[in-house]
Amino acid sequence: MLAKRIIPCLDIKAGRVVKGVSFVDLRDAGDPLELAMRYNAQSADELVFLDITASHENRGLTLELAARLARVLFIPFTIGGGLSTLEDIHNIVTAGADKVSINTAAVTDPGLISRGAERFGSQCIVVAMDVKREGAGWEVYTHGGRRPTGIDAIQWAEEVARRGAGEILLTSMDQDGQQNGYDLAVTSAISSRVQIPVIASGGGGTIEHFYQALTAGKADAVLAASVFHFGQMTVPGLKRALHRKGVPVRLTPEMEHDNGG
Amino acid sequence: MIVIIDYNVGNLANLKNALDYQGLSNRIVTRPEELNGADHILLPGVGAFRPAMDQLREAEMEAVVREQVAAGVPFLGVCVGLQLLFDESEEDGRHQGLGLLSGRIVRFAGEGLKVPQIGWNQVAWQREDPLIEGIADHSYFYFVHSYRAAVANPQDALGIAEYGEDFPAVVRHGNVWGVQFHPEKSQDAGLRLLKNFAGIRPA
Repeated sequence: MLAKRIIPCLDIKAGRVVKGVSFVDLRDAGDPLELAMRYNAQSADELVFLDITASHENRGLTLELAARLARVLFIPFTIGGGLSTLEDIHNIVTAGADKVSINTAAVTDPGLISRGAERFGSQCIVVAMDVKREGAGWEVYTHGGRRPTGIDAIQWAEEVARRGAGEILLTSMDQDGQQNGYDLAVTSAISSRVQIPVIASGGGGTIEHFYQALTAGKADAVLAASVFHFGQMTVPGLKRALHRKGVPVRLTPEMEHDNGG
Repeated sequence: MIVIIDYNVGNLANLKNALDYQGLSNRIVTRPEELNGADHILLPGVGAFRPAMDQLREAEMEAVVREQVAAGVPFLGVCVGLQLLFDESEEDGRHQGLGLLSGRIVRFAGEGLKVPQIGWNQVAWQREDPLIEGIADHSYFYFVHSYRAAVANPQDALGIAEYGEDFPAVVRHGNVWGVQFHPEKSQDAGLRLLKNFAGIRPA
């Protein structure tokens, strides 16, 4: 059976992880490679790296990071942040990323989704949507959540799927950083409307939150940052708990033989 | 030496990385004559069946692939590379493949299924085989695909996964193997499979 995916997300600035991570025995909490390998060893199913500055000066560092990751990380990884042209996507993919995440550029130039999918395959194009409750529905925001677009989230999700996006990374701005649960209503509404996988993001704080996102929320994958970075929960601990609740997750052979946290 | 066929279909760097990481000697080649003398041949592939097959023909690889397979060189198709091994595909019409394995490539047909299948799925081994030696039964591998093989000879299915229906995730006929998933993105299980392939002796 296809497993539900658990995806840690790392924010990157000038080639370094920001906000930091509190694994006890890290040599360098800001080194994306060291953190990636840690999550890899913990059976994370994929990793997402978001370049939060995404300035042109940093683009080279991000490419270098993608190349370093690709040499040692044998799970899929996505890089996003400020990508706005086919050339940007080409550079990241050539450096070794499996997927790119596009957000603002997808809204300002929806043709980028279609052109990206045509050239690199749908599997490569993840469209990230930042959404906020607005009346009875949800509105899409761009520019890191600073700019409302007036676009309805569900209609936008349908459009990006139609244009060939391979997955939707759906972040609820209302829930993000609150750790009091994913927005199940918007996640399930979008997941039911589109044929492509939906990755729920924003609000995961407890095992129950992840469980709800993957069941009632109909998400195909869940993304989280701080709960993993600061050790509130571990990826293997979360996976074992979900497994006990009947959610299909990928347990590695070591995890099946080890019942520890 | 594993020779990876570069026929302009997708990025091969990650397959190469997975081989390099394990110290398995390999080379990406673009010209048919470079297949001569290969110990192992790897045929990658992403995207749609027809353009992939067209590119393989355009690269003039079809004849030399047949020669090398007939000579007993272990051959592994990955993802669309697996699909090209079969007689034909129904993706965007009806298109002929290499016919090294009997069967067709068909779309997933399960009710209410999200297609493509994207993510980690378990594979049940059907028998022992050097390609899967040391890899636990029901190990997870990373898949991305909308079409899947339907083998004419059930014994060609070496590993079976389930996505709305059972489908062959690993196939073998003689010295030709195929994997529908991406071993280079399937962590330890995938790395082991590539290492096993490198250790297979010519027929």
